[in-house]
Amino acid sequence: MAHKTTSSLAAEARARLDALAGRTHLSTAQRREIPVQEMPHQPPCERVRNMSEVALGYTPEQARLEALRCLECKNAPCIAGCPVGVNIPGFIGAIAHGDLQRALEVVKESNLLPAICGRVCPQETQCQARCVVGKMHKNPNRAVSIGRLERFVADFGRQQHWAAAPEIKPATGKKVGIVGSGPASLTAAADLRRAGHAVTIFEAFHKPGGVMIYGIPEFRLPKRIVDAEVEALIRIGVEIRTNFVVGRTRTMAQLLDEDGYDAIFIGTGAGLPKFMHVEGESLVGVYSANEYLTRVNLMRAYDAQHAGTPILRPRRVAVFGGGNVAMDSARSALRLGAEQVHLIYRRTEVEMPARLEEIQHAKEEGVQFHFLENAKRILGDEADRVIGVELLRYRLGEPDSSGRASPVAIDGSEFTLDVDGVIVAIGNDSNPLLVQATPGLKADKYGRIQVDQDLRTSLDRVYAGGDIVQGAATVIIAMGQGRRAARSINALLAG
Amino acid sequence: MNRILFKEQLAAEVFRFQIEAPLIAAGRKPGQFVILQQDTEFGERIPLTIADADPAKGTISVIFQRVGDGTQRLAELEAGDCITNLVGPLGRPTHIDKFGLVVCVGGGIGVAPLYPIAQAMKAAGNRVVVILGARKKSLLILTDEMRAIADEVLICTDDGSAGRKGLVTEPLGELCGSEPKPDLVVAIGPTVMMKFCAATTRPFGVRTLVSLNTIMVDGTGMCGGCRVTVGGQVKFVCVDGPEFDGHQVDFESMAKRMQTYRQQEQSAQHRCRLAQHPPHNQEKPSGP
Ligand SMILES: Cc1cc2nc3c(=O)[nH]c(=O)nc-3n(C[C@H](O)[C@H](O)[C@H](O)COP(=O)(O)OP(=O)(O)OC[C@H]3O[C@@H](n4cnc5c(N)ncnc54)[C@H](O)[C@@H]3O)c2cc1C
Ligand SMILES: Cc1cc2nc3c(=O)[nH]c(=O)nc-3n(C[C@H](O)[C@H](O)[C@H](O)COP(=O)(O)OP(=O)(O)OC[C@H]3O[C@@H](n4cnc5c(N)ncnc54)[C@H](O)[C@@H]3O)c2cc1C
Ligand code: SF4
Ligand code: SF4
Ligand code: FES
Repeated sequence: MAHKTTSSLAAEARARLDALAGRTHLSTAQRREIPVQEMPHQPPCERVRNMSEVALGYTPEQARLEALRCLECKNAPCIAGCPVGVNIPGFIGAIAHGDLQRALEVVKESNLLPAICGRVCPQETQCQARCVVGKMHKNPNRAVSIGRLERFVADFGRQQHWAAAPEIKPATGKKVGIVGSGPASLTAAADLRRAGHAVTIFEAFHKPGGVMIYGIPEFRLPKRIVDAEVEALIRIGVEIRTNFVVGRTRTMAQLLDEDGYDAIFIGTGAGLPKFMHVEGESLVGVYSANEYLTRVNLMRAYDAQHAGTPILRPRRVAVFGGGNVAMDSARSALRLGAEQVHLIYRRTEVEMPARLEEIQHAKEEGVQFHFLENAKRILGDEADRVIGVELLRYRLGEPDSSGRASPVAIDGSEFTLDVDGVIVAIGNDSNPLLVQATPGLKADKYGRIQVDQDLRTSLDRVYAGGDIVQGAATVIIAMGQGRRAARSINALLAG
Repeated sequence: MNRILFKEQLAAEVFRFQIEAPLIAAGRKPGQFVILQQDTEFGERIPLTIADADPAKGTISVIFQRVGDGTQRLAELEAGDCITNLVGPLGRPTHIDKFGLVVCVGGGIGVAPLYPIAQAMKAAGNRVVVILGARKKSLLILTDEMRAIADEVLICTDDGSAGRKGLVTEPLGELCGSEPKPDLVVAIGPTVMMKFCAATTRPFGVRTLVSLNTIMVDGTGMCGGCRVTVGGQVKFVCVDGPEFDGHQVDFESMAKRMQTYRQQEQSAQHRCRLAQHPPHNQEKPSGP
């Protein structure tokens, strides 16, 4: 497919809108005829040489037209697909009627971070998976582009400075501490602050935002968007203390008993890199995706002119894994100048957990996909530098506990691939630091903090949510839990 | 926040900062470290051991050697300046106990992290013998401080300009061979020094702790960049260490991993010094 520029996509949309002559009450047949509005993109050959955002966002014409594809269903099955229950027909209807301010209000009733979720939610397995329009076309890829529309209204609102200061209840005199500053924490902070409590976020890193800052790359989620959300919190009076590791700088007990926090929310995420436990994983040139992406994103190592933090720039890279983390690593490696990036996944494309869009983008950019292969060992030279990987071929066997077909190694199928860099992106477990430093805080055998219905932990006045409870999941699920925990804490502090 | 109250040059390339950091001063224990960063956008994160702390005054001290770009930038700061980002205390504290005879071996800048440990070992009622090593006399640091707390201080230099001419492993081997045998050895210094200290004590079966200074990013167990192999298992220095049983550490692999960025760092250093900085030896010690 030839690359279409933003202006040509906008012009096509304009022409169609003109043909509809401003009508918003269209028949189902008319709506059905409107093609899915393609997202304007930076062309692949250009974007692999920069860190700027790949998807450029709908133009107003495109958004209007895409919104007209929605049938505004009475029962709206899409809503049930969204972990936080965004009123999808409500906000899309408002876009169709040209009331973008209203559209943003409707989204924000349930989703505090629409500019982020619109960009990073796996819509194809959530809201869009259930869309009636997709079903009608018997093609889920032709569902209404809910995520893109959500991003559109959020970006439009930000450009127009519509972020009206939310109402803050009178001060309650209560103090709430929040550990971590990922999406779960940011959402909890907003809801707790609105209820009139004094809120302090403690973040271990020198910048707030969690994985959205240190993990997800600039080309997928520009940092200024996350920064804007953080600044909005600061404006409403949330205090943010970076460089503060709870469990080390202060313990939970100190915060609760000495520093006067009435309740604490833990949103420390799933930051413990998994390794493959194969020979050669300690060689020079083998990165965990967390380290690689942190160097690239948080420490800006891609900008060799300015960054103090070094990074290796291998020419031929093997990335192991099939999720978003793997896609982000592979695409970052290309942008850092790799000539070849091999993405190696032990199942097939169908089982890949990454967002569909990221898989497509990675392919367009030239990442080479290897399915049904996995590492047997990593090979090094006498200086312990990576010179290759020995791979094994796999086939799909019986479904495992997750319901996915389990990969089975084929004996004797070894072969090698010459690479000078390896990124291990097979997922994250829970970081044990806080649990180890906090007597009485219960976690399961995977290190996930145990909570009840109300996200209450085993410790009095302490709640938890997001990846530290869920295991590595998604931004929107973390957000939803932050909100639920805030509700529980507000109830506790009101009582 | 994080104001430098006092700066002092201890040796040609070695500086001490006393920094205002009340929370860290209150919570830190010997063996723990901090991470410093000067520029939030682009700066490198630099781990340094907390050499000393005064909880009453709310201050910590760090002692660092200027080895590359990051430490060069730190060395340019003066009393009154603030460290933009300072996080800690990180890592597991040293297990301090009454062991009996504790031999503390420090090489080069490793003497700095060794000092609070020797101090705490003494306070716990141990007999503490300190062995300090450096290439030459002008590179020795903290000898007076060590003399003030230790029962005995032995000095070795490669060129014989101070103390005994030779390596720290010589007196260490002698101590291990005589009675009473040391109950514990704590060795901190360059990787090769720790490796040879561990090799020296091994035949005598003397337990030997080493403190590893791998490459780090976050310091909280999130990235795995600091991983080392200890007793055949992968450990993260920032959360499982920095101290480990020296007889179990795979020093070979660690030393190679520490060379990962050597080329890049050398060129960064070159670039940055040519552009902005006078050569080292023209800089004057500062601070009162
Ligand atoms: C590379 C990558 C790509 C991803 N892509 C997507 C995507 O496209 N779509 C999607 O929906 N999800 C994606 N995810 C998953 C998503 O980012 C996470 O599910 C989400 O960020 C979890 O949010 P959280 O609030 O639980 O914590 P996190 O975002 O993990 O933040 C936790 C924060 O807590 C801090 N912290 C930890 N311990 C302490 C402590 N003791 N004291 C103080 N602070 C502490 C950490 O430094 C961190 O900043 C991706 C994840 C990664 C790693
Ligand atoms: C837990 C811990 C505690 C530490 N405590 C101290 C301390 O108290 N005082 C102190 O001076 N240093 C200490 N270090 C080492 C210090 O962090 C590094 O020297 C510093 O990060 C180097 O940064 P740079 O940008 O100046 O040098 P770079 O430009 O990063 O490196 C310059 C040269 O130094 C070498 N180098 C890089 N890192 C290290 C390292 N960790 N150890 C030895 N050589 C290295 C490089 O190979 C390169 O040749 C500690 C490290 C750790 C992990
Ligand atoms: S928050 Fe995510 S799942 Fe919910 S409607 Fe928006 S894009 Fe879909
Ligand atoms: S299911 Fe699809 S068409 Fe129906 S309301 Fe939701 S987005 Fe619109
Ligand atoms: S420095 Fe990142 S895990 Fe230790």
